[in-house]
Amino acid sequence: MTEPVLSVRDLRVEFATRRGILKAIDGVSFDIARGEILGVVGESGAGKSVTGAAVIGLIDPPGRISGGEIRLGGERIDDLPPERLRRIRGRRIGMIFQDPLTSLNPLYRIGRQIIETVQTHTDLSARAARTRAIDLLAEVGIPAPERRIDGYPHEFSGGMRQRVVIALALAAEPELIIADEPTTALDVSVQAQIITLLKRLGRDHGTAVMLITHDMGVIAEAADRVAVMYSGRIAEIGPVRAVVGDPLHPYAKGLMGAIPTLTQETGRLAQIPGAMPRLTAIPAGCAFNPRCPKVFDRCRVERPDPIPVGGHRVACHLYDRAEVAA
Amino acid sequence: MLAFILRRLLQSVVVLAVVGVIAFSMFRFAGDPVNQIVGVDTPVSERAEIRRNLGLDDSVAVQAARYAANVLRGDFGISYQFRQPVSHLLAERMPATLELALCATIFALVVGILMGVYCALHRETALAKLFLAISLAGVSLPTFLIGILLIFLFSVTLGWLPSFGRGDTVRLGWWTTGFLTVSGLRALILPSITLGLFQMTLIMRLVRAEMLEVLRADYIRFARARGLTTRSIHVGHALKNTLVPVITIAGLQLGSVIAFSIITETVFQWPGMGLLFVQAVQNVDIPIMAAYLLLVAAIFVAINLAVDVLYTIVDPRLRLAGRTA
Amino acid sequence: MSALAATPSRWARFLDSDVFASFRRSKLAMAALAVTVLFFALAIAAPWISPQNPYDPAELDLINSNLPPIWSAEGQAPFLIGTDDQGRDVLSAVFYGLRLSLVVGLLGVLVSGGLGLALGLIAGYFGGLVDTVIMRVADVQLTFPAILIALVVDGVAKAAAGGGLDTNATIGLIVVSIGLSFWVQYARTVRSSVMVEKNKDYVQAGRLIGLSSPVIMVRHVLPNVLGPVFVIATINLALAIITEATLSFLGTGLPETMPSLGTLIRTGNRFLFSGEWWIVAFPGLALAGLVLAINLLGDWLRDALNPKLQ
Repeated sequence: MTEPVLSVRDLRVEFATRRGILKAIDGVSFDIARGEILGVVGESGAGKSVTGAAVIGLIDPPGRISGGEIRLGGERIDDLPPERLRRIRGRRIGMIFQDPLTSLNPLYRIGRQIIETVQTHTDLSARAARTRAIDLLAEVGIPAPERRIDGYPHEFSGGMRQRVVIALALAAEPELIIADEPTTALDVSVQAQIITLLKRLGRDHGTAVMLITHDMGVIAEAADRVAVMYSGRIAEIGPVRAVVGDPLHPYAKGLMGAIPTLTQETGRLAQIPGAMPRLTAIPAGCAFNPRCPKVFDRCRVERPDPIPVGGHRVACHLYDRAEVAA
Repeated sequence: MLAFILRRLLQSVVVLAVVGVIAFSMFRFAGDPVNQIVGVDTPVSERAEIRRNLGLDDSVAVQAARYAANVLRGDFGISYQFRQPVSHLLAERMPATLELALCATIFALVVGILMGVYCALHRETALAKLFLAISLAGVSLPTFLIGILLIFLFSVTLGWLPSFGRGDTVRLGWWTTGFLTVSGLRALILPSITLGLFQMTLIMRLVRAEMLEVLRADYIRFARARGLTTRSIHVGHALKNTLVPVITIAGLQLGSVIAFSIITETVFQWPGMGLLFVQAVQNVDIPIMAAYLLLVAAIFVAINLAVDVLYTIVDPRLRLAGRTA
Repeated sequence: MSALAATPSRWARFLDSDVFASFRRSKLAMAALAVTVLFFALAIAAPWISPQNPYDPAELDLINSNLPPIWSAEGQAPFLIGTDDQGRDVLSAVFYGLRLSLVVGLLGVLVSGGLGLALGLIAGYFGGLVDTVIMRVADVQLTFPAILIALVVDGVAKAAAGGGLDTNATIGLIVVSIGLSFWVQYARTVRSSVMVEKNKDYVQAGRLIGLSSPVIMVRHVLPNVLGPVFVIATINLALAIITEATLSFLGTGLPETMPSLGTLIRTGNRFLFSGEWWIVAFPGLALAGLVLAINLLGDWLRDALNPKLQ
């Protein structure tokens, strides 16, 4: 088996605040293989975006990575000095943010922003970098790129801007792209186009993609595997078909129940009662226990570790052999 | 874009017209102009003569029209104190004020932006906190007190710099400049700092606040995620975006620099328009006061227009759309 | 339940409020308040704690002129921080000058605040032509720095009066100049608050039950805009004091026979080069300290009352 592009082991991220240390990420592990799209889902505050920021080394004080390791192509990157990390950002890991309206500097032509990125990471001449920029724009589906390259961001529609953002993330042919809610701020009709584009690019370039979203529809459409996060931990991770079609973790079950489907006839979407705990008040044991319909004593004291069940890995005491046997 | 500038032009004309009405009212109604010109023992017949010559017997409308026409020709009347045309007096003193204002503005912009950027990028350092403390004093303390303090330090105690006047000046046509002599340049230092300090602290605080705001923006985060160097992010992206609003404020402040020079010129006995104006207020020399008011208004309006045009050049978003006022 | 219970509870509520908590956290704000209170106390107590009445020519003796502070070799009791060229005790002059500066500053704030509040309420409540005229005048006035307006008002009034104003009239004139220079900010703030408030249900309801416009404005809209007005007033107090001091320094303010801090600095400035530094230094320090303290207090107040502004 080939080495995964990204390998995260037991990642921990803490934020020092006036009220003490908050554990935003608490022991997260996952791999992403070449050409694979890993969907990361969860409610807001579950730690999805923080995980993405940690991988690309953009956790700002008062936050810090307090444990675990992140490997890119086998090389450990979480403990690199800032300057080495900067060279990896953009070059080997690209990132796409949620809001294309604010991701681009309004005062510069998009060409300048792409060329600047290309030249930061390669030795291309200005002319070659411009040619590369036009190619990139063409690849992400901007019509008439040789003309549009001299446009300002405000002259592009939301969907077109997100394409420019993707072109920017692709500028130096990275091995991994972190897409943090890439479709959330877009019109529904445009969302599908962007997802298709991401899938195509991943396939054509063999790029690994970490697709962060709270939209299960996007996951079902685009991802190969999916990780469900809750309160800074991964509740369940596995192939998208298995996790969406047959979720094991009670939280994942609730989440899938909340997806609208055309065939559903009940007319009402299932809801998970209650809300995710704030980071200041994560309960002992399983973080989901106050909301879990199948909670039992052990859940309130002992934190479940991920255990392999079928093709999934599930952090739930229900699937512990001891419990199953009992 | 053109419509936008035309609209601003129209607003400027309205402002100037309002100030013109005020200036005329001062000119005509504040005190009796005849009394200002003649001595106490002038006979009544002679007073009436002067009155008629000045056109004070005409209707107010006629007088206002005449005043406006005169002003447009650059004739602001005769100073009561100096018995000279006000336009000559102002023209003679204008170079001193404009050179001082220019130096003060350059000082305020350069030092203010540098300190502001430093404070935003190195928020927690002792130097940044010192800068903030200085800025608080700069905003709070009256200008004349700062001027006196500087004179006490650098002229009285250390004897490094002159405490009054322009030093030697060189005549270039009708313009006199202090830029070409050593003593002229030395004489500019303390007044420029005094005059520019308030604006400098404003610009510094503004740059700091704007830059902190910009550094939190998504496109800065995205620039970092693309692996751009810290330098190119700070200088290329953050600073330029910071400077857009700063230009507006700094530009508008240039006008108040000229008006504020009244105080600085008094402290340093700087032979400019501001000193002339203060003497006019002390001696109730209405024609000079009215003319100065009009002149400052005209400068303000011109600067506002220039800032608007500059703003549209810097920010591409405004070039096409124009601004909604 | 009873009125008796309500009074202490309001005080208790204040002690428990965010504003008070933020005040206790900020050492700078506490120091600023202490200094401000000290200056007010000195100003009020001036006639009783000053060794001399600096306004009374009979108490001045030229033999005592230009004495340095008491810690210098030539210093003489009771002149703790020296005397000026008239033999006036600088300490007494500073106390009395502080008193004058504060009185003029407070009156100036009162006039500008009252004017701005009234015009802002009228502009915001009635809208239309009245609003346009008032706000256009405000726009034009904002083009000029306050000190310029104050100087012009001062000069014009003197021209109109034809000279020979007595001291009280001069003080009145300065107060009016300051009032006319600083009303715009109040008017703008009040106007925008009124525009927001007047569409709210309770004002509409007031109209329905037949309350007249002035009653609605004063009783219902006014209380809602007092917070920001109070902040502006605090910051403007420092500005008003500076404006008075500047006018006096420029020689168009209070006369030398009745000196404010600005007049004292103007007088002292003449002696800077001959070595009598104390004549300008102590009034200057008093003015700087007073203005700085009030500004700090104003800054803190603005932050505490409006957490959205940084």
